[in-house]
Amino acid sequence: MAFKLSVNGHTRTVDAPPDMPLLWVLRDMLDLRGAKYGCGIGQCGACTVHVGGVAMRACLTPISAVGAKPITTLEGLSPDGTHPCQLAWQEIDVPQCGYCQAGQIMSAAALLAKTPKPTDKEIDSAMNGNLCRCGTYLRIRQAIHKAADLAGSGFTKSGAAVRNEE
Amino acid sequence: MRPEKKQMERRSFLKISALAGGGVILGLQTGSQLFAQGRGGAPPAPPDPHNYIRVAADGTVTIVAKNPELGQGVKTMLPMLIAEELDVDWKRVKIEQADFDDSKYPAQSAGGSTATPTNWTPMRQVGAAGRALFVTAAAQTWSVPEGECTTASGRVMHKASNRSLGYGELASKVAGLAAPALANVTLKDPADYKIIGHTQPATDLHDLVTGKPIFTIDTKLPGMLFAVFEKCGVVGGKVTSANLDEIKKMPGVKQAFVVDRPEVKGPSLLSDPGLVSGIAVLAETWWHAQAARKALKVEWNEGPIASQSSAEYAKRAEELSKQAPQTTVRADGDVDAALKSAAKVVEAAYSYPFISHAPLEPQGASAHFHDGKMEMWTNSQQPGSGRRQVAQTLGMAEADITLHMTRGGGGFGRRLTNDYLVEAAYIAKQAGVPVKLLWSREDDMTHDYYRPGGFQYLKAGLDASGKVVAWRNHFVTYGEGERAMSSATIGPSEFPQRFVSNYSLLQSTQSLGIRTGALRAPGSNAIAFVTHSFIDEVAHAAGKDPVQFRLDLLDAGAAPQQPAPQGGRGGGMPGVNAERMKGVLQLVAEKSGWGKKTYPKGTAMGVAFHFSHRGYFAEVAEVTVDAANKVKINKIWVAADVGSQIINPGAAENIVQGGIIDGLSELMSQEITVDKGRVVETNYNRHGMVRMAQAPPAIEVHFLKTTYDPTGLGEPALPPILPAVANAIFSATGKRVRSLPLSKSGFGWA
Repeated sequence: MAFKLSVNGHTRTVDAPPDMPLLWVLRDMLDLRGAKYGCGIGQCGACTVHVGGVAMRACLTPISAVGAKPITTLEGLSPDGTHPCQLAWQEIDVPQCGYCQAGQIMSAAALLAKTPKPTDKEIDSAMNGNLCRCGTYLRIRQAIHKAADLAGSGFTKSGAAVRNEE
Repeated sequence: MRPEKKQMERRSFLKISALAGGGVILGLQTGSQLFAQGRGGAPPAPPDPHNYIRVAADGTVTIVAKNPELGQGVKTMLPMLIAEELDVDWKRVKIEQADFDDSKYPAQSAGGSTATPTNWTPMRQVGAAGRALFVTAAAQTWSVPEGECTTASGRVMHKASNRSLGYGELASKVAGLAAPALANVTLKDPADYKIIGHTQPATDLHDLVTGKPIFTIDTKLPGMLFAVFEKCGVVGGKVTSANLDEIKKMPGVKQAFVVDRPEVKGPSLLSDPGLVSGIAVLAETWWHAQAARKALKVEWNEGPIASQSSAEYAKRAEELSKQAPQTTVRADGDVDAALKSAAKVVEAAYSYPFISHAPLEPQGASAHFHDGKMEMWTNSQQPGSGRRQVAQTLGMAEADITLHMTRGGGGFGRRLTNDYLVEAAYIAKQAGVPVKLLWSREDDMTHDYYRPGGFQYLKAGLDASGKVVAWRNHFVTYGEGERAMSSATIGPSEFPQRFVSNYSLLQSTQSLGIRTGALRAPGSNAIAFVTHSFIDEVAHAAGKDPVQFRLDLLDAGAAPQQPAPQGGRGGGMPGVNAERMKGVLQLVAEKSGWGKKTYPKGTAMGVAFHFSHRGYFAEVAEVTVDAANKVKINKIWVAADVGSQIINPGAAENIVQGGIIDGLSELMSQEITVDKGRVVETNYNRHGMVRMAQAPPAIEVHFLKTTYDPTGLGEPALPPILPAVANAIFSATGKRVRSLPLSKSGFGWA
């Protein structure tokens, strides 16, 4: 079945079974391999992308459910890697293996788009669906606060919600 | 016939060769080429000339990172050592991941926290020898003594004449120079370090935050098919028949075939059998392959272990504990007499389950068999044994197998075995096209080499003053006869051996069908929980403060009879420096304010230490436990002695904190159980991991700098946190939990 998708601001057409999860359409058909497979049942969050500005687990999102809603993956979060989360993640040197971090950053970006100055409690709640097997949680918390500061200082406006309105 | 190998010189020296375009290659050569070619002999093949440093004519410096990177930070740390001594500007260094090539690079593996102790000196020597060559080239160019030349930021300077030349400008001249012997190069005074000891962000950081396809799972080759491999849920089960005709007609499916394990010979296969019977399904996307797989109807011959279960293992352990131990691993003094005459005897039974590695990136590899040669992309932690297994299984020469080392989404010891690599190779050869094999999470969790469970039955005797005079451990483990399975052993020098004069370690085994293997801090990750929970029980029975009791115990140690262990794995305290352990214990007590705080009911501190992988760690946890046994960790303090130098401080703190959090997952919620020969837990919902909301708000890490050479950090932070938290829970609640995970005893995270 043919689906017309809006991915990172571009229109892409794929021929896929309607129940095929968005994750595998992105990874194996559209060559966007930033989102990762970790569990396939929405437990780890490594596959998190934005659909219509909302953080979604791409491994559980059938392609037929996406419709015209714009999809943003980590590759499209900013044109040049300067989304506040991407900058903060680098400044805090968050990753160890880095495998979960695409999902972590996408969840964090969605949080900041709604809650520009989150408390630790709000961070814990928004990020609780993203596992980090290496245990970088303390640095993720720190990086989200840093990203909030960067965004608040007017460094960049490329928040998730903004980009998804393209 | 080759010349006598033992005659060959093994001294390290630099190999220099010219690069096209006027650059130069500097490489470490240890030993002879003959060694490298002589595989199968007893000595491991020492490396042969290879590149670590490339300096292009324009001054661009590229440093090769030789080891597999799976999150331990080695792709940054090893090049830092070279760059420091080469005296170049770190920000301008390019880092390149090496392929696996044991003819060029020594010890290309990730395990046992060995990268730092193994490479600390030789990698700095490579850099220093490189620097010396540029100095020589400049001195010759200017006809001045080398001693008048200095270096900085990739330039050689001659102050007296105010001249300088960049390394790039000297590269072609360096190519013609004889290299100094590595042992003769002068290494920097650590006080002059500009790179070592200063936090350097991870090499791949920008790629990671922008979603670049750098992981093994991201490998893409033209014409590639995506493969799944269905194996029997019961280890050792074989395919009898399957509805392959039906599967081949499913959407997107290109091939489907049965894989029978061929006759494979080789000593490396004992603990890692590699390829097992199964069904390969290849499709145009992984999803198509996985969807088709769900329609598979397979008849299995499940084999002999289909009757095994965790309940039976526990029952059998209980029976064995009541019988005379099968083996005496160690007996010092007279434990039975000492227990008989002791003023007080403390007795307890501890147990811990199998657990899974569960790295977030599931097992997989890509392979392309073409022109009689195999090319592979892998995140194996032991690519060397992986290549050997592929060669043995496929009947190929190792020289015809190329392994590209791609980034791994965590390893934790799972990728020390290479079953997925052999599967990918076999399937790709059979399929005749490039193949990316990817296991599902369910494959990964049910076909692991599990951290072995175990049972320890302990007795300690105290004299009237509260001193430990006897320690007896009957360890019930898995194996056959005297031989325990992989990572299912306790060494004869395990603590508190040498610190208690009457000490016995006795062992009994029962057989096990599932496979076991090394999980981060193998052995120690379970032993520390048992030993330091029990020591805590003994301390309380003696009426002593848990920190003081441990300091007294460390003071009671006899002199070491042998040097500290040099092997990668394991803990134990043979020859271990009790002073270093006391140093971190005293430091963590001081930093945490041990004994100086008064807490409300339900809040308390716990302490533990452990030596493993050459690292000395002591940890304190402050916890609050409510009436419903919900545990909140308020703060953790860590004191560590891993020698004189923390190479990359930021990464060091990160991996220590990660090890602590990993240990908390093991403590609270992880357990693999077996029923009818099959693993019951198939995904993260049944094998829990600490999540953001449960992560402690603060983990304070203190490194105690000592005069010893630096050692590794991947593992030794983990073991003490389990008993430290368990001991804190006891102090807060009076509840002593002796079986992991704590969730089985009604505990959970707040």
